[in-house]
Amino acid sequence: MAPRVVVDLRSAISVINQFPALAGIDLQVTEGEIVLVQGPNGAGKTTLLRLCAGLATLAGGSGTVLDHDLDHAEPRRRLRREAGLLAHETYLYDELTVEENVSFWAEANRVDPTTIDPVLDRLELGERLRGVRVGDLSAGQRRRTSLAVLVCRRPRLWLLDEPHGGLDRAGRDLVDDLIRHAVRFGATVMLASHDLDRATAVATRVVTLAGGRVADSGVRHADVTDDRERPLDERVEDHDAP
Amino acid sequence: MLRDAWLMARKDLRIELASKVTIGQILPFGALVLILFGLAVSPDLTVLGTDRRSVLAQASPGLFWMAVLFAALLTLGRSFAIESADGKLDALRMAGLDPAGIFLGKMLAVTAQLAALEIVLGFGAFVLYNAPLARPLQLIVVVIAATTAITSAGTLYAALGSGLRVRDTLVPLLVLPVLAPVLLAAALSTEAAVFGESSGGWPWTLLLGVFALLYVGVGMLAFGPIMEES
Amino acid sequence: MNRTTGSRLTRRLGALAVVTMAIALAFGLVFSPPEVAQRDAVRLMYLHLPTIAVAYLGFFITMVGSIVYLRNGSVFWDLVAGAAAEIGVVFSVFLIVSGALWGKPTWGVYWQWDPRLTSTTVMFLMYLGYLALRRLDLPPDVRSRRAAILGIVSFGNVIIVRYSVQWWRGLHQGQTLGVDTQLDGLMLFSLFLSLVAFLLVAAWLLIHRFRVAWLEHQLTRIGFERALAERRGDLGGGRVGEEAR
Repeated sequence: MAPRVVVDLRSAISVINQFPALAGIDLQVTEGEIVLVQGPNGAGKTTLLRLCAGLATLAGGSGTVLDHDLDHAEPRRRLRREAGLLAHETYLYDELTVEENVSFWAEANRVDPTTIDPVLDRLELGERLRGVRVGDLSAGQRRRTSLAVLVCRRPRLWLLDEPHGGLDRAGRDLVDDLIRHAVRFGATVMLASHDLDRATAVATRVVTLAGGRVADSGVRHADVTDDRERPLDERVEDHDAP
Repeated sequence: MLRDAWLMARKDLRIELASKVTIGQILPFGALVLILFGLAVSPDLTVLGTDRRSVLAQASPGLFWMAVLFAALLTLGRSFAIESADGKLDALRMAGLDPAGIFLGKMLAVTAQLAALEIVLGFGAFVLYNAPLARPLQLIVVVIAATTAITSAGTLYAALGSGLRVRDTLVPLLVLPVLAPVLLAAALSTEAAVFGESSGGWPWTLLLGVFALLYVGVGMLAFGPIMEES
Repeated sequence: MNRTTGSRLTRRLGALAVVTMAIALAFGLVFSPPEVAQRDAVRLMYLHLPTIAVAYLGFFITMVGSIVYLRNGSVFWDLVAGAAAEIGVVFSVFLIVSGALWGKPTWGVYWQWDPRLTSTTVMFLMYLGYLALRRLDLPPDVRSRRAAILGIVSFGNVIIVRYSVQWWRGLHQGQTLGVDTQLDGLMLFSLFLSLVAFLLVAAWLLIHRFRVAWLEHQLTRIGFERALAERRGDLGGGRVGEEAR
């Protein structure tokens, strides 16, 4: 059986503030891949991730992500709930504590509340930090809190914009672990990073963007997953199981 | 939908409890407005007629609702500033919350905060303007209807201005003309309640109720297209 | 490409509007009789009442355009809505000014809290907000969508404002402009003529305003095509490899 195509973009054009941030992208990503998207500033990395999240819209070309047609509003809405985006913004309420933020977003995403505690522990936000207001956290700690929200959501497609940014060494290792763990349980990952050494180590393929187009779509060089014969439902079920 | 509304409202009220912006800043501002009205309209002027009320007491219903309107503008601005900071509108869209639920939740939280402000400001107007209070029960009904009218339309218009750099200047321009009939109806029905006038009160209260219902409906419908954007 | 937004249709329409307006002026100022109570001041009616019709019609078209835009995303109707609102706002100004000028001889003051004047002024300010939103530098679809919602809701507001103010003033009603004037046949005819003239002028303005907006829209599209081509040009050359590091 051919591997499932998760992201399929054909000549995709996407416009941000009347600027063609994506000027005709052709890209296919199959299930279980960890794709590093690299390229100079302004190459369109962030817009590509937003497009795959269902947040940016297509101005030309076509595309499906997780089998949702990007051209229509309703499938895009469904896509948003299945994809997870770690953006430059933290999506956190400064006035609320770490725990309050994570529980709010967990409840908004209809996540089982019992999963929150293990996730907070995994991201080392338990004990001391959970009661601290997000406004009082360091940049790295906020990043971890955003990651906690993302992990709780258990997205099928992880879209990570500079996931290593602002994190210490242990934090970066943790991100890599989370990525590998997610893929092992059936997710697909796209990340944009400037920390190329680290990102290339975790990625199974490197895609290079330039001028809003794919300059090099790379070669798939390694497989992380070892259980792709199992049906998807099962894999999604025990994603993040202890 | 109601679940999402309740979630949003709880979150907003928790933020207010943590930051105390409404209680600590908007409430004193409202009180100041009441006092400034007293300075602008001399307290010594009296109205001709049998009651010999002061002009200030006679105008107190309208002045009270003006102060509430100003406070409401600030509360609404604050409510949407929370959401537009740090990309949270994106996150709300990613979570797939029901837009109608988001509208109801934001409206509910603003209504709760405004109600708290009104209790204090109402007491202030009662004391400062030496206003009578003939029919307290009727006044409660009027206040509930007028507050919902203000917050339902206010939440919709604040959302139309949300995320814009000119939000703070645009939203008042958009919302005040819309609330002009609400101010009119609220002032007239409050007049009837506090002075115990027999005529004219209830139809205006009814208008407030209809206005509120209409805007709750429109807001729930319009939030979908407002949220759906890049 | 055309150097003007004029066409054969608009030139004919414009000529017709000028002629009709001239005839309407002659009837309004010369042929129609002064009224018993208001004397010559009644002639302001031929200015005042048609502007009401045009202003309300403009805002009505804005609502229709907004509804169509929300339904199918048609840029055409979005621009029609915007152009009609501009016409509505301009004629609201005429309406308020002519009302105040008429108020002076009728009431002795420029401003009385007359239901029509009051509600028109609120309406005017409301649509200034609408135009302010349209002028913002936003992604076009975001701006159009928000403007469309505003364009629909605002027309509902116009009705609410109109009737609540009327109801309010109904409690202590004074003389209302125009309404209690006794109209004879010639006066009615003059009024009708000036209504037609104003509608023609408004239609002419609307078409031109729309065409300007349409050209602006085309211009952004051309600009976008150029930006897209330029961005695609970035790909060539050895620069890419260097920058990617």
